[in-house]
Amino acid sequence: MTPLNLIKESIIIDKTTLDKVLLLPLLAIFLSLIAGAILLLLTGETFFSVLITYKALFYGAFGSINAVSETLTAATPLILAGLGIALGFRAGLFNIGAEGQIIIGGLVTTIVGFSVTELSPIIHISLALISGALAGAIYAFIAGWLKAYTGAHEVISTIMLNLIALRLLDFFLRTPFVQKEGRNDPISKSIMDTSALPRLLETIDPQMRLHLGFVLALVMVLVVHWILFYTTLGFEFRATGANSDAAKYAGIRAPIIIVLAMALAGLLAGFAGAIQITGVLGRATPGFSSGIGFDAIAVALLGRAHPIGVLFSGLLFGALVAGGRQMQVTAGVSIDLITIIQSLIIIFIAAPMLVQNVIPWIFKSSKKT
Amino acid sequence: MIFSKRTQLLGVLNQSKINYRKTGIFLIVIAILLYFGLGAGLEGYSTFKLSRPRDPFVLPNLIIPAESYIYISSILIAFFGVRLLFRKESSYPKLIIAITVFLSISAFLVWSASGKSLSLTGMLQATIVRAIPIALAALAGVLSERVAVINIGIEGMLLAGAFVGAVGGSLFGGFIGLVFAIITGGLFGLMLAILVVTYKVDQIIAGVAINIFVLGLTSFLTTHLLKVHPTLNDAPVFRPIHFPLLSDLPILGPTLFQHNIFIYGTLVIIILSTYYLFHTANGLRARAVGEHPKAADTLGLNVYKIRYTNVILGGMVAGLGGAWFTLGSVGRFDEGMTGGRGFIGLAAMIFGRWHPVGALLAALVFGFADSLQQKLAILQTPIPSEFLAMAPYLVTIVVVAGLIGKARPPAAIGKPYNRDR
Repeated sequence: MTPLNLIKESIIIDKTTLDKVLLLPLLAIFLSLIAGAILLLLTGETFFSVLITYKALFYGAFGSINAVSETLTAATPLILAGLGIALGFRAGLFNIGAEGQIIIGGLVTTIVGFSVTELSPIIHISLALISGALAGAIYAFIAGWLKAYTGAHEVISTIMLNLIALRLLDFFLRTPFVQKEGRNDPISKSIMDTSALPRLLETIDPQMRLHLGFVLALVMVLVVHWILFYTTLGFEFRATGANSDAAKYAGIRAPIIIVLAMALAGLLAGFAGAIQITGVLGRATPGFSSGIGFDAIAVALLGRAHPIGVLFSGLLFGALVAGGRQMQVTAGVSIDLITIIQSLIIIFIAAPMLVQNVIPWIFKSSKKT
Repeated sequence: MIFSKRTQLLGVLNQSKINYRKTGIFLIVIAILLYFGLGAGLEGYSTFKLSRPRDPFVLPNLIIPAESYIYISSILIAFFGVRLLFRKESSYPKLIIAITVFLSISAFLVWSASGKSLSLTGMLQATIVRAIPIALAALAGVLSERVAVINIGIEGMLLAGAFVGAVGGSLFGGFIGLVFAIITGGLFGLMLAILVVTYKVDQIIAGVAINIFVLGLTSFLTTHLLKVHPTLNDAPVFRPIHFPLLSDLPILGPTLFQHNIFIYGTLVIIILSTYYLFHTANGLRARAVGEHPKAADTLGLNVYKIRYTNVILGGMVAGLGGAWFTLGSVGRFDEGMTGGRGFIGLAAMIFGRWHPVGALLAALVFGFADSLQQKLAILQTPIPSEFLAMAPYLVTIVVVAGLIGKARPPAAIGKPYNRDR
């Protein structure tokens, strides 16, 4: 496994690192938005309608309290799953399986949410969230075990586990135990009210969907930061990711670290799925994960695999998702544009030289000041 | 260094010793599973249709008594297992495993077809057809990994090829669509090469970004272009080529000689790329770049140029494979229609030991898994269709886990080459 260059670089903090941590992500976002605009122009939109599109994107993300609430709601699972992927990056693992882990975690949470009854809300919510997170951890454990003990590359095995998770979801949504009574389409029963996460802004407007999960995500940012930088386990993760041979000679047992890192990543992704079910959706449908696991890859990369960075990039991507929905409604532009912009952000972030070649003058002037 | 080599060697020796015992136990477990899991309480006959009513030469149906077939095959497997367990050696271990695999799959087929009939010829034909995109994806992987560039973006290249093939085919006819698809694949190969060779982007990140980019772009264009102008998404499908006499042969005819240009094109490309990689100077240079770029550079080879060429060639092959989804199969583009075939192709590449012919053979295994799940879904076995649909993915995991034989990738795989260091 090649260690990711960008993590190594961000350890030393000086003027050029500041460029990389702040300037580069901003430029990457800017360039990607421009590329998106060019694409819109190419498909026959006028310059004016491109402006309207981006205005709708911005207003959908920040234009009102409701929009901000939507942004934070959309950011919550992205931050959680992004933390998991970032943790994997630190240990030298590329976990593309967040999508599958979200699906499995969400599915288990749904089952716990509707089948367990007569519990007090606090216990029921905790039980639902913990079981979802554990399910995600177990599902990711498979890929970690395969990587550690058979050498199966985690990229291929996690992609296959994603596809398998989709089929498992389809299967369970059609079993009588899970499927909603009286429905023929694949849809689960709704979770009990006792397992729904409380909403935070209901006093202002009952429509606002921001829920307790966002606070939990913030807590997890701190927890992951603590694990990564203040515990032995976190040191072992980072050592294995930076140089697995050196870590081995220092007495770190790489297989166990790989399995643990993968399981922890899955725990966070499963938690994201659990939060999405208990906080927003209330039941599982095919495709309820809606690509969060893939967006989270971009979140982790943009956040340079640092928990605080993940928090901010998660908020940005939440804004893109929430704004993208508004853009689809008011400007009639498909939300797939957001996917394109996200992939371009990944490319620009991963290729800092490319950004410098596209707009060299900014880097020249910033070095002088 | 010497020490590590020796321990490795010892490891291999130990492993092969354990393997006989493990394999023996494994075979006995399979036999027990077959005997009690499938054989118990089964009645009737399984009918396998060998020809279709319209065929010029009609073969009689193959009728197998279900219960006795499963019992006999499980007893045979158990016999092999016990033999391996006690003698701890065998002159033909691979043959025994091959026979076991054949017996268990055929027993499974007999079980699922008991009391019903299954078209064996149709299944073999579907195996070949469904192996084609996987074989081309695997070959694209072979071409770029032989020069030490991991191409996770094959899935995206397939999808791009499928999209452009559909649009080009609708506008200008099948062959032009095919050419467009190949060029598009090549362009994405170029994009990957620019990112990983020139800008030294992590190869996996670049590939993942290409996949997400193509998925977003094709979905976006489907909404904004194809749904608005449905005529752009109505491509002609290549007709099967009819070979006089050969196509009329029973079993062999439908399986091998009633396919369209994609199947024969794939065979030609597999032969050409085998010749290129292993029998030409350029192929030797490409492999040298994959094994030891520094040495290749010292000998005066342009590592960057060779990587560019091969990754672009791989992209073109993937573009062709993508065109199969539209021009070779259904004639219209649907969002995300490649369904992970690019990744399965990568598994086929590993299973085929980074060799074009091996990749083709491995792709046939995946094609079989694919056609099996399709036919079994029609037969309405007690196994839910969702689980059958997982079959190719499970086979992929088993393959990349190296549970069936391990192979060595090119030595410099995944590492960017920097001339100045």
